[in-house]
Amino acid sequence: MKSSVIIFPGSNCDRDMDVALKKFGFNNQMVWHNDAELPKSDLIVLPGGFSYGDYLRCGSIAGKSKIINSVIEYAKSGGLVLGICNGFQILTETGLLPGVLQQNKYLEFICKNVHVKINDTKNKYFKNIKKEILELHIAHNEGNYFCSSDELKLIEDNNQIAVTYCNKDGTCDINSNPNGALKNIAGIFNKNKNILGMMPHPERMIDKYLSGEDGSIFFENLLGNLN
Amino acid sequence: MKIKVIVTLKNGVLDPQGKAIQQTLNGMGFESVNEVRQGKYFDIEVNENDEVKAKSKVEDMCKKLLANLVIEDFKII
Repeated sequence: MKSSVIIFPGSNCDRDMDVALKKFGFNNQMVWHNDAELPKSDLIVLPGGFSYGDYLRCGSIAGKSKIINSVIEYAKSGGLVLGICNGFQILTETGLLPGVLQQNKYLEFICKNVHVKINDTKNKYFKNIKKEILELHIAHNEGNYFCSSDELKLIEDNNQIAVTYCNKDGTCDINSNPNGALKNIAGIFNKNKNILGMMPHPERMIDKYLSGEDGSIFFENLLGNLN
Repeated sequence: MKIKVIVTLKNGVLDPQGKAIQQTLNGMGFESVNEVRQGKYFDIEVNENDEVKAKSKVEDMCKKLLANLVIEDFKII
């Protein structure tokens, strides 16, 4: 399986994502934001970081970069696009995913492990996944998901809520919501579920000695679904 | 021609920075401050002599980049 990770000026999880994808068997290549064409890929990843220094709004400048037109075209033709953290913010800024990531409710940069519950498995990302609750890492200042009530109804009706913040037993409530996100939303799909944006970083949880292995479960499962 | 733009959060959208500023002002003795909403201000120099045309261009810029219309409104002044 071929994957491509887009690098923007200020991306800082691009290499971690490259390591993770290769570890689980993807043939990955890095793509510079100023390229116009995407290489042939089964998966495109917009990595975490601080593209363009988070100027104007997180992800807004990257959302207008040269490569993004190709990413939009690829996504609209059904290709898999995964946006992690800043990548999620970029996806909302391009309009590929609904809503917006606002500043965290308590005005703090949050860097810690959280649990997320997988809400929908009828998609290529989570089909057959062997755990319903994953422990993943978050590190962000703008992860407070928000959308209008009309949009939220559409998202809920179409089962587009991908993952929600929960405690280790799977309870989603105010105590397990780190950033004030609407409905504890940590990640969402587009309507066709080929585009996934999420704040947690699975690429940081791929080593049992350093972090944890729930990210490994995510990547192994994804690769299995694509093969 | 210089065009000014103010981008603000829509009514009802949470503004934690505004809230923190309001509480700080209250704590400093400015007790009459009921609410603060923080926004952004842009000075845009457009190579255009016709004000209507210049403002129309800036409006397009606001919709496409300067404001995120999911949560923000803009005002051209």
